[in-house]
Amino acid sequence: MIFSEVKMKQYLQGEVVGLTAFLVAIVIIFSVASPNFFTMTTFSSMAYQLPALGLLTLAMMIPILSGGLNLAITYTANISGLALAWTLQSFGGIDAGIEFFVLGCLFAMFVGALSGFAIGFVVAYTKAHPILVSLSMMIFLRGIGEFLTHGKDISGFPQYVQYIGQGAIFGVPIALLIFIVCAFILHVLLSRTRQGFGTYMLGSNIKATSYSGINTKRNLIIIYTLSGLMCSIAGIIMLSRFNSVRVGHGEAFLLITVLACFLGAVDPFGGFGRVLPVVLALAILQIMTSGLNIIGSNQHLATALWGVILIVVMLLRWQWRLKKI
Amino acid sequence: MPSIDKMFKTHPTETWLMIIITSLSLVLSITTDQYFSLVNLFDLLNISAVNIIFAVGLLVVLISGGIDISFAVAASVVQYVAFYILNDMGGGNWFLGFVVTALLGIVLGAINAGLIHYFRIISIVVTIATFNISFGLLMFLTKGVYIYNLPDWWTDRVILIEHQMANGTWAELTLPVAVMVAAVVLTWGLINYTSIGRQIYAYGDNPEGARRVGVNVAAVHFISYGWLGMMAGIGGLIQAHFTQEIVPNALIGRELDVLAAVVLGGATLGGGSGTVLGCVLGVLLIAIIQNGLNLLGVTPFAFKAIVGVIILFSITLSNVSFTEIRARMAKED
Repeated sequence: MIFSEVKMKQYLQGEVVGLTAFLVAIVIIFSVASPNFFTMTTFSSMAYQLPALGLLTLAMMIPILSGGLNLAITYTANISGLALAWTLQSFGGIDAGIEFFVLGCLFAMFVGALSGFAIGFVVAYTKAHPILVSLSMMIFLRGIGEFLTHGKDISGFPQYVQYIGQGAIFGVPIALLIFIVCAFILHVLLSRTRQGFGTYMLGSNIKATSYSGINTKRNLIIIYTLSGLMCSIAGIIMLSRFNSVRVGHGEAFLLITVLACFLGAVDPFGGFGRVLPVVLALAILQIMTSGLNIIGSNQHLATALWGVILIVVMLLRWQWRLKKI
Repeated sequence: MPSIDKMFKTHPTETWLMIIITSLSLVLSITTDQYFSLVNLFDLLNISAVNIIFAVGLLVVLISGGIDISFAVAASVVQYVAFYILNDMGGGNWFLGFVVTALLGIVLGAINAGLIHYFRIISIVVTIATFNISFGLLMFLTKGVYIYNLPDWWTDRVILIEHQMANGTWAELTLPVAVMVAAVVLTWGLINYTSIGRQIYAYGDNPEGARRVGVNVAAVHFISYGWLGMMAGIGGLIQAHFTQEIVPNALIGRELDVLAAVVLGGATLGGGSGTVLGCVLGVLLIAIIQNGLNLLGVTPFAFKAIVGVIILFSITLSNVSFTEIRARMAKED
């Protein structure tokens, strides 16, 4: 598939317009369906729920762009959360000072980045399939988590920790601000740097990328390390939002992150995709989650619905591709 | 008798697995007094039966270059639907049980195959979607209710071989093992001795090349996913027989364990490689490791982490080509 640059731009521009229209449409549909939907409470609760899912989606998006996948994202977030929880608990629990919270966050980010690095290293140097590598990493992290916590909730953190997940500055949730900053950084990274260019190239044709003088190994390692780093930030936000950590928390996010990427026009084979459409897709999915909740739909029915939507999105994508060729 | 060196060249993964399993068994026989006994051996086989049935099904899909993570949930769906269908048929029996579960499984596999074949959606995405549709609908419709009142034929233990040990305990080989052997032999025949089996290998190795030499791509997709579906259905039947109850989320997570075991046995996600022997050895190795950890008194909470590390290492090692390294070293000499 060869796109000229102009065509590519039109394609993505059309994507943004289409997604925005879809976004407006579902807001209208839910507003009509329930009088409780179009209210400040709904939107503010959405703004608090979106960031964790959003960061995990970004963590999923980077490897997909490079033609891979990271199945370990939710457990990486859990383990990073555990790292923070451990730091807080070993320095006084509820009375831990803010400096230990900062230390804990750094430790959490280190743990997240390390697990991403491990995946990237194995993928880059052994050419093993990313699905398998991240899958075994996921089994390993889940195992470590179960070993450390025995499946229990870990809680008992200082009061101020909740501020990150539940507080707001000028009415804007702090977690949302963190997400926006991360999304912006990723956008700049992907569209303005060598690393970003290399990521797209890797997804299109890894051999050609290697022959054109890009250090594919280093690039892959950075991709998965970044992915792990994003997970750890999501893990920190999840910890402060629920004021507890449990291994296996947010497991259901895995499907939704994949869904958000594909709805947001990321090519499942890698090489194409931008941050903005993915963020729009995320907003759409968040609105649908909240909307379904307000209508009073069953949680399991919603799971099934996500599956159906994923297939519908892929079918639409197939249709568009037919039209293009 | 082929020499070890030759076996390393033709079947490196299988040879490695056999060496590891043998040495692990030796160590466990020495360190624990229960490991080396007929009771433990038969137990290992009884416990691994369902996983091996799933594994040989998944192997065919992996050889064809695809992946399926929905089969374990499909097995749960088949259990519920088959229970109601068999009830409507007046209770059913083993024969009807096999036919109904196999057919239901094939239907579920064919849905995956259809989406993959006709709409060119990548298999991991299709099966993530069908996983969630199946699981969501199953939990919604059953409301998470267990089924205990299975018909007698379904739950009565069928003992094939039994042997009383000196200390009075019985070593028993049960029906699941027989079904497992049948599944292994049939899959072995399918992928080695039928035309479509060889086409599945060819397609997995090089899809475009295979298409151009006239491989029937639709048949490859439908037969590989249908085969896995059938094995999932039968595995579901046997799992319910083994546990004597049907639980909607009992098999969730099993797909990843089985996938890991099959990959351990030498199948790759790129397709075109993998053998039945390797796949069986992969499942057995993980079962033996868990059995050994159990006998050694390691906490069960640590099992998954240990298994995860082992899989991560084996994937890493299996992708590092030893022959290439040896050739490079030989050149330098």
